[in-house]
Amino acid sequence: MNFDFSDDQKFLRDEARKFLEAQCTMAQVREVLDDDEKSHNAGVWKQIVEMGWLGAAIPEEYGGLGLGMLELCVIAEELGRVLAPVPFGSSAFFFAEALKLAGSEEQKQALLPKVADGSLIGCIAVSEGPGEIKAGNIATRLKDGRISGTKIPVTDGDIATHAIVLVKDGSGESLVIVDLSQSGLSREPIKTLEPTRSHATISFDGAAAELLGEAGSGMALLDQINDRAAVLLAFEQLGGASRCLEMANEYAKERVAFGRAIGGNQAIKHKLADMYVKNEVARSNAYYGAWALSSDAAELPEAAAAARVAASEAYWFASKENIQTHGGMGFTWEVDCHLFYRRAKLLAVQAGSPAVWKEKLVSALEAKND
Amino acid sequence: MDFNDTPEEAEFRAEAHAFLSQHLKPKTPGALRSGGREDFLERAKAWQKTKAEGGFAQITWPKEIGGRGGTVMQQVIWGQEEAKFDAPTGPFAIGLGMCVPTVIAFGSDEHKKRYVEKALKGEEIWCQLFSEPAAGSDVAGLKTKAVKDGDEWVINGQKVWTSGAHYSDFGILLVRTDPNVPKHKGLTMFIVDMKQKGVEVRPIHQASGGREFNEVYFTDVRISDKDRLGEPGMGWKVALVTLMNERLAVGGSPGPDWKEIMDYARSAGTMSDQAFRARLADWYVAAQGYKLTKFRTQTALSRGETPGPENAIGKIINANHLQDICNSAIEMQDHFGIIVDKDDAPSDAIFQESFMWAPGLRIAGGTDEILKNIIAERVLGLPQDVRVDKDKTFAEMN
Repeated sequence: MNFDFSDDQKFLRDEARKFLEAQCTMAQVREVLDDDEKSHNAGVWKQIVEMGWLGAAIPEEYGGLGLGMLELCVIAEELGRVLAPVPFGSSAFFFAEALKLAGSEEQKQALLPKVADGSLIGCIAVSEGPGEIKAGNIATRLKDGRISGTKIPVTDGDIATHAIVLVKDGSGESLVIVDLSQSGLSREPIKTLEPTRSHATISFDGAAAELLGEAGSGMALLDQINDRAAVLLAFEQLGGASRCLEMANEYAKERVAFGRAIGGNQAIKHKLADMYVKNEVARSNAYYGAWALSSDAAELPEAAAAARVAASEAYWFASKENIQTHGGMGFTWEVDCHLFYRRAKLLAVQAGSPAVWKEKLVSALEAKND
Repeated sequence: MDFNDTPEEAEFRAEAHAFLSQHLKPKTPGALRSGGREDFLERAKAWQKTKAEGGFAQITWPKEIGGRGGTVMQQVIWGQEEAKFDAPTGPFAIGLGMCVPTVIAFGSDEHKKRYVEKALKGEEIWCQLFSEPAAGSDVAGLKTKAVKDGDEWVINGQKVWTSGAHYSDFGILLVRTDPNVPKHKGLTMFIVDMKQKGVEVRPIHQASGGREFNEVYFTDVRISDKDRLGEPGMGWKVALVTLMNERLAVGGSPGPDWKEIMDYARSAGTMSDQAFRARLADWYVAAQGYKLTKFRTQTALSRGETPGPENAIGKIINANHLQDICNSAIEMQDHFGIIVDKDDAPSDAIFQESFMWAPGLRIAGGTDEILKNIIAERVLGLPQDVRVDKDKTFAEMN
């Protein structure tokens, strides 16, 4: 039994934590929060690019570090702890993983080295309106290698250089890769609940696109991409949830009311113990997802879904109860609690809301126990 | 990251499995309890003897006292393998897991010679006498008193929730020997002969309808001063050692889990209910959380680390999880869910049975609230609860 990260991976975690605590402080997150013009923190992004983390799970032959998925999970958790205001997840969790999964040799050769060295920022454009995206309700069309339609919201869509877009074509649904520097599209930043991660509406009007994977395989591929991204997002969520518990814990020990630290009251102690339990459940499920992801296990669909459901619940609970523990202070713009509450919601609905993942999980369990 | 044994662990697992296959039948539902309680006790004693002779009785105990001198990880592996067979183990869990280790830690050489081997071979069964009607979570507030009379102590009082008292030969008994000091400081631990005069065992009629636990009354029971474990007034320290020895939970869930309720929903044709499907996902995540957290604990053990109080989360998850699943299964059955008769109730009434057990599980061995306090205080480092009796003597408070 070795259900834990290796010493090397823990070393990577410690180094990443030291680096991010020094280089990606809440002041740097707030630079993006308080400036509508800023889509991300360029200084932090530059340094993360230089660390080579974007290529942690990209094989060396495609210009990456060739470490592995477990290492990327470790990095994801650390980025989640500091609310890194950068397009890391869009580029590394979605775009790069999609290419690794379904890209042609040529596509991988052309694009993965650029993801790894930061010269390309990838994103994924799926959503078109409220509710779960399904095979029947996609309006964006692919015709003769060109796409038309509107995707909203696209996380990091205003700074990305490339997007993977879900489209409808003659044979069903397909995924295509689109270079966002071309003229056949327009992008408009949009306001969201989470201003430290930028979002855009992308309107395609005859933009050139090339297929990613087989024509007609879009929904199946998207499922597989989301399974992979779900595990990585779960680690990012876990990092944020852990920070919320730490913040609540520190505050509960400092804040005095009725003559003693509020953390001495069972109402607070038990609330924080509940957070701890949910975080540990999320951590254990995330580890299982990491194992399934790194070993290409057949269990990945249910492991990814469980990791995602547990992490979304843990982060939701920890972020809202962290505000509650802080009382009135927690409801001020200056105290950081609301930033975690915002990020928790983005990460919970990106790539499918908890309800979607619960349904995926139950479907997987049904299929397995037939 | 993998789920494989190390080569040494695999070797031990194979050895354990071979021994078990030689002596027991693979697990079949209901087989263990067929034949009644007396028969079960006899089979349990026989199995304990076989284990002792095979060197598998207490894996972590030193060889000098009849153990195997093995690691905690080997004990976990043994537990996992034993759980695959119809092994009648229950009656010895508390004695060998908690009571006898306390005797080994604090008893005299004569005690060890007299008690350890017989317990190991299943010839004598032990129980633990700590809880009282007015001292549950706050067990140090117990009232059963011992008064010194020459080289004996005279015991009067009542214990409660004593598992196995009705078939136990000996017990470790925590009593108050000095009421004029704060509660934790006036306690003393003794070995007590459960078959002696003045000890009366009465089964408790539980809310679940069963009678698995007991009340134990002590009326002028005399215990030799030689059977004291630790110095007078040191009983709380001794009791903490007993509680620390609580076995690592190695079993699975104590009742129906996500799989059972899914099986029921499929047979009943209610799988399409969206609300049910969402909850089923939550149950799976909780069950996995429990199971996988144990894997993390085992990983720590495998590396020779000692798991800490974070283990308290297992029971919080498990007991509430069980209660929730049973409640939902019953409600899914609508009015019919009220039936407990196995001939009529779906799934052999497993949901109804565990529905009535679950409240007890949330209380036994540390209530949800005490376990959350443990997490808050010992893992998160939050302040202790207010203790108004902290600097007062027991007598002042009672």
